[in-house]
Amino acid sequence: MLLFLEQCLNGLQFGLLLFLLAAGLTLVFGIMDLVNLAHGSLYMMGAYFGATFTALTGSYLGGIAIALVATLLLGMAVEVIAMRRLYGRDHLDHVLGTFGLILFFNELVRLIWGPAGMNLTLPGWLNTSIEILPGVNYSMYRLAIIVVALGVALGLYLVVMRTRIGMLIRAGASNREMTGALGINIKLLYTFVFGVGAALAGLAGMMQAAILTAQIGMGENILILAFVVIIIGGIGSIRGAFIASIFAGLIDTVGRAVIPDVLKLVLSPSAASTAGPALSSMLIYLLMAIVLVVRPAGLFPAPGNR
Amino acid sequence: MALNLRTLVAALLVLALLLVPVYAAFIGNNFILSVCTRMVILAIAATSLNLIMGYGGMVSFGHAAYLGIGGYVVGILAFEGIYSGFIQWPLALVVSAVFALVIGALSLRTKGVYFIMITLAFAQMIYYVGVSLSRYGADDGLTIQRRSQFGDLINMSHKATFYYVCLACLFITLFVVWRLVNSRFGMAIQGARSNDTRMRAIGFPTYRYKLTCFVIAGTICGLAGALLANHTDFISPAVMHWTRSGDLIVMVVLGGMATLFGPLIGTVAFLALEEALPFVMSKTIDPYFIPSGIRPSEYWQIILGPLLLLVVLFARGGIDGFLARISDKEPS
Repeated sequence: MLLFLEQCLNGLQFGLLLFLLAAGLTLVFGIMDLVNLAHGSLYMMGAYFGATFTALTGSYLGGIAIALVATLLLGMAVEVIAMRRLYGRDHLDHVLGTFGLILFFNELVRLIWGPAGMNLTLPGWLNTSIEILPGVNYSMYRLAIIVVALGVALGLYLVVMRTRIGMLIRAGASNREMTGALGINIKLLYTFVFGVGAALAGLAGMMQAAILTAQIGMGENILILAFVVIIIGGIGSIRGAFIASIFAGLIDTVGRAVIPDVLKLVLSPSAASTAGPALSSMLIYLLMAIVLVVRPAGLFPAPGNR
Repeated sequence: MALNLRTLVAALLVLALLLVPVYAAFIGNNFILSVCTRMVILAIAATSLNLIMGYGGMVSFGHAAYLGIGGYVVGILAFEGIYSGFIQWPLALVVSAVFALVIGALSLRTKGVYFIMITLAFAQMIYYVGVSLSRYGADDGLTIQRRSQFGDLINMSHKATFYYVCLACLFITLFVVWRLVNSRFGMAIQGARSNDTRMRAIGFPTYRYKLTCFVIAGTICGLAGALLANHTDFISPAVMHWTRSGDLIVMVVLGGMATLFGPLIGTVAFLALEEALPFVMSKTIDPYFIPSGIRPSEYWQIILGPLLLLVVLFARGGIDGFLARISDKEPS
């Protein structure tokens, strides 16, 4: 039972991490109608920036702050140089163009940081465990991720729903030309939104880098999960992305813990230990397929988006 | 067909492909034959993807799944001791068709981006099934001890023979696709791409048409998978990874969608760039970097990536569309 609770918390943490990635993706997708496969590359760059700057400054929080700004700037640069020219083009052009960017970033990382992965070391106060219930210890760092991501989600909600800039973003999402005609600098707004999306992806990357390591290609697998999440949630809907992320995180993590044990009842132990993780990785995709077959536009389709 | 730059390039490409084994035998180097075999096999897969993506408007982001299915049918049968190609190949086609039927029937309920993602979801599920096949090597893949046996008829292990088998399959595929898209069936498919509602209004059950098209494409790609498994003597889940599906899309878009020879040109261009770019860079750029100890040619993808982006930005309609525009400008 306690193990199950821990797995649920891990699932929540993974789901929130997915949300950070999916939030930027769904904003870019919903507002600019851009399929950005290179979002995973920004996640990877965030991880490498985080690892580099924390090592360089010797301070964890300082390094993370610098890395966040660096990813924000990188995202804006990518938008100005490449993405801006892709708006209004066919989705397939987006796939081809951003696929090119993935190759570029993977190779750039190999050139600068080398083929081996990079560790992001945690400071002592994060690298401990904390007693969340009497007799139940849980990793302080994972708890911190949950708190930070929840804070970001709340902040994002407040910014999009309660501020002027959020209003402009929503206006841009429902009618691009009209918003521009009313005198809003839509180009600048897009650059800003893309940069924020990149910074969120980078944040997810640097938080994950401390649990695993910063690696080349780390963005590719989680990117697909993030796409799955925004499709389940409905494209352009942050609320949908949030709910779908937590669902996906819980199903994936708890499935990983439970399925191998269930399989052992029917299969030999060695077969179960190979098949178990693979089958639990399938669960999220199964969820998406079922959702799409039943509701072909996702759970919470954003208004104004088809 | 008028003789213009487009048809000229396509004709020269076909001629070059026909002569590859002769050239390889002449210089006594089998490496180029192996590279070209791979090109031809992937061109079959890209052509089949073009049938649904280019002509039918159904962007499948999971087409590599059929490469894996076709390959695994060959691999698993060989592992269990059934080497006959007369059993392996038809079974590979049938299994691919069945998978395409199920995936298509469910996926075609959705449209646009949702269709892209649901085909991806199914491909990922099949990928993970491949990973979980512990009897057949799971993640590490399965080595195929003997290639498909066709009695005394064809010797698949002979490199040039195998190349011509693949090339024949490619030509048959191109012929089938050409006949299909110019038939009444093909017109209905292309009509559904342009305006699905109108096609339904004038009485075409577009869902059934599209599903048939989807199954045909999946079956052809299954054949490519069976060929690929024979070529590499190996099959692993990596063949079905989503980046492989991405590669196939890139090949089709690079060459030119909804054109007969576009996917072939795209595949050859993409794979040729992969082989040629490191070589060209090592001859041209590397000498300038000797003092720094870096060899830029090891990082050739740093050039390939932006190159793809440039093609998207400046050569709409891929290489084939680019050629068409050049030949339009020429006074004829």
